[in-house]
Amino acid sequence: MLQDKDRIFTNIYGWQDSGLKAAKKRGDWDDTASFIKKGKDWIISEMKASGLRGRGGAGFPTGVKWSFMPDPEKTGKPHYLVINADESEPGTCKDRDIMRFEPHKLLEGALLAGFAMGAHAAYIYIRGEFYNEGSALVTAIEEAYDAGLLGKNAAKSGWDFDVYLHRGAGAYICGEETALLESLEGKKGQPRNKPPFPAMAGLYSCPTTVNNVETIAVAPTILRRGGAWFAGFGRDEKNTGTKLFCISGHVNQPCNVEEEMGIGLKELIEKHAGGVRGGWDNLLAVIPGGSSTPLLPRDICSTVKMDFDSLREVQSGLGTAGVIVMDKSTDIVYAIARLSFFYMHESCGQCTPCREGTGWLWRTMQRMVTGNATVEEIDMLYDLTKEIEGHTICAHGDASAWPIQGLIRHFRPVMEKRILQYRKAAKAA
Amino acid sequence: MKPKFEPNAEYQPKDFSFKNKKKVDEILARYPSNQARSAIMPLLDLAQRQVGEEGAKAKKPYGGWIPRAAMDEIANVVGQPPIKVYEVATFYSMYNLAPVGKYLIQCCTTTPCWLRGSADIVKACEKELGTHLGETTKDGLFTAIEVECLGACVNAPMVQINDDYYEDLTPENMVQIVKDLKDGKKVSIGSQQGRRGSMAVEGPTTLEDLAKKEKVV
Repeated sequence: MLQDKDRIFTNIYGWQDSGLKAAKKRGDWDDTASFIKKGKDWIISEMKASGLRGRGGAGFPTGVKWSFMPDPEKTGKPHYLVINADESEPGTCKDRDIMRFEPHKLLEGALLAGFAMGAHAAYIYIRGEFYNEGSALVTAIEEAYDAGLLGKNAAKSGWDFDVYLHRGAGAYICGEETALLESLEGKKGQPRNKPPFPAMAGLYSCPTTVNNVETIAVAPTILRRGGAWFAGFGRDEKNTGTKLFCISGHVNQPCNVEEEMGIGLKELIEKHAGGVRGGWDNLLAVIPGGSSTPLLPRDICSTVKMDFDSLREVQSGLGTAGVIVMDKSTDIVYAIARLSFFYMHESCGQCTPCREGTGWLWRTMQRMVTGNATVEEIDMLYDLTKEIEGHTICAHGDASAWPIQGLIRHFRPVMEKRILQYRKAAKAA
Repeated sequence: MKPKFEPNAEYQPKDFSFKNKKKVDEILARYPSNQARSAIMPLLDLAQRQVGEEGAKAKKPYGGWIPRAAMDEIANVVGQPPIKVYEVATFYSMYNLAPVGKYLIQCCTTTPCWLRGSADIVKACEKELGTHLGETTKDGLFTAIEVECLGACVNAPMVQINDDYYEDLTPENMVQIVKDLKDGKKVSIGSQQGRRGSMAVEGPTTLEDLAKKEKVV
């Protein structure tokens, strides 16, 4: 179990003030200029050494991502850092707490990341519903400007750096990085074809890196304590560090908690979330990393570790680390069907397999809930998910397919039984 | 579901102008000078808030929404054809394109909230208001709608009313919140169980020394 001295987010529950004075007491903005004076190569090499992988879901190594940014002198264009605060993945609510309680970690990280990628400006794209969280950020940004930590010669580092807040307006798809950039440009949030990747042509066709809030907010502490410190946590060099977990659903004490990467799922739930309602034996399934990741039945949950590769090995994923717990009272078919509705509602409509497919999935899943289907349709449903997966511009199509694939993989007997029961009842009537 | 965008509906006012010109300039200044289009979303939000402020004072109150005239004005401000504003306004779910109640109650019913009883919250809300989801009460005070995940899953079930989140709800305190708003009483936002942020309700499992120092437990 992670010790308190190694926790990065000491104000994640908002016990202390989120303002600059209190943040400085917690160690934020402490001699930030000294890291910048060591140069961007030093920052990127420390980030690489930390093994930090992006906290937004895809898990791409952060240091490597930053190193993709071209040399500003060669491109002759402004570079941009864009921070993805469009936290909308069902089960995930960690960035919200960073923004309302630890905003200065995010801003300091933005300066350091921005410098490392040659950017003089950062846009924070926050989901529109987070009105109060956005206002907390605005306050923090103003404080930082007043204290000379942002703006010209930010934090006396010799680097000019501006941070702007941009509010979204209720579109899950804008969490996809290129949809986010479209939205930031004042357009519909529809993902772009890649390549070109944002590092070559992102915001306003300029080199851009999009990072998750948590990724940026942990960067200052990594640089302060060293990449090796961060890499000391976790299962191996590819699954390192500390991580914010969100534990929701049928647990006695739903909560957010910062823990070591690779903590056992059972330990996480029992130590921090007060255990499953009715005890571990009452557990039915867990969605381990936000709604897009396939669910896991109890036997896997008892042993699996919470990191990128361990969860991949059991055909799921760490995603955003939004752990959704379901006990035996759950209608598991409806729980997944409700996610199908979500993906249908949030499809941007650009690619046919996703636009049409997500609706088809929802309609079929509704019949699976009542059992008004045939057993063969389960196979058809599975095939349909495979027709959507990998055939769209962005991962929204994949994300709509995976929860259903997980359901069929682990709960097919439940689905079949319901169909047979429905038929029996229909015959009797 | 919210009412659809009807550009020629009777309720559409003929004109719109921004009252807070300074704010408009401030929004435009956030983006490079040749990228004014980026200001479309914040300007739509500003327009909605301005209408909402007027609506809160009206004899029969109403909530913030965006008239077509406002979209045309925004197109004018950012130097784009109106369709570029219409297509953004109709894409995002937070822009109300027709009048709504003074208090817009957005009930989250996505799986994490559903597991914690959001269906009962919706039922309690509908019963107290005497309307179905998507309808506005006769007095113009409330519109309740179903929305997708609002990102407060460990504090489920929850609803958003205008700008604020109301978390850890029970059907009883949902009803109480609606009653208090109706009576013009102050309501406390955030967790209705009084917990701090997203820590475990019976006290934290980490940072316990700090919790004692800050007198959280």
